[in-house]
Amino acid sequence: MLKDLSSWLAATPLSHTIQTAGWIIPTLQTIHILAVAVLFSSAVLMNLRLWRLLQRDVPLPEVARRFLPAIWPMLLILLLTGGLLIIGEPRRSLLNTTFYLKMTLLVVAIVLTAGLQWSLASVPEFWEKDWLRRLAARLTATVSIAVWCGIIFAGRWIAYTQVG
Amino acid sequence: MLQLKDLISVLESSALADNIRENDVLFPLVESVHVLAICLVVGSILAVDLRLLGLAWIHRSVSSVTRGVLPLTWGAFVVAVGSGGLMFISNATKYLGNGFFVAKMVLIGAAGLNMVIFHAIGAKDLSRWEEDARLPLPARFAGGLSILLWVLVVACGRWIGFTMQVG
Repeated sequence: MLKDLSSWLAATPLSHTIQTAGWIIPTLQTIHILAVAVLFSSAVLMNLRLWRLLQRDVPLPEVARRFLPAIWPMLLILLLTGGLLIIGEPRRSLLNTTFYLKMTLLVVAIVLTAGLQWSLASVPEFWEKDWLRRLAARLTATVSIAVWCGIIFAGRWIAYTQVG
Repeated sequence: MLQLKDLISVLESSALADNIRENDVLFPLVESVHVLAICLVVGSILAVDLRLLGLAWIHRSVSSVTRGVLPLTWGAFVVAVGSGGLMFISNATKYLGNGFFVAKMVLIGAAGLNMVIFHAIGAKDLSRWEEDARLPLPARFAGGLSILLWVLVVACGRWIGFTMQVG
């Protein structure tokens, strides 16, 4: 079924355009990486604030308000450029286990980020009430960074694990 | 120039370079670390650039933003140079012959120069205006130029992969 879908996608005029104009795929990948840069840096800076390693002079909710909302528009750009890349080279990802690993990790990262943002937005002191919550906040943020790292690694590995 | 060529051939024929070139896992691994580090460099510098342009963090002073962000930038930059260096020695001659690689190095140099010039001239009287939402033109110019240069660095980096067959 995925093979049929890949063949069908590859035969569409849009896919044909993306395949034949040599500059489109590198351009899409560049935009994709730039969006990852903004998203990942936001997540890491948020995590470093939770660990009290950077920006200690800025209240946690303010850091969260600055960095966490930036993640969602970036995700939209990533889905758009990623979607176009799939249309251009469907077999590269749709028939690739690494791609599905990346998507699974992405769902986990989205849930963790949304949870963090929602909790801080509804109760600003939510993660700072006692030591247990502070620990939980650090743990959540660190796991989310690890998952984002996994996504970036998987993303690069798609190029090396394609079939045929 | 002959000495540089010798150095390059020594690097290229080292056991380390050999391993990166021949091992199926090592090159993608180093490359992934490079992408990760570059993302942190570019993303964190963007926070400073947007402050200089008056588009983000306008309620915080410039030095408060740079203090909170630049340690990450520099840490990531070291990792990016280290991983980039490993990829470079694995195929040094081919990289040096690639226009996008040369352009990328020049652009990184330009970004560094932009920063040095801003510190030396533009930010001389930083303490007088660094709390302002709208900064003097040289500061805004340095921020905008920095964004442009780093976007081009990423673009050149991606284009290297499409114009050079490694491994």
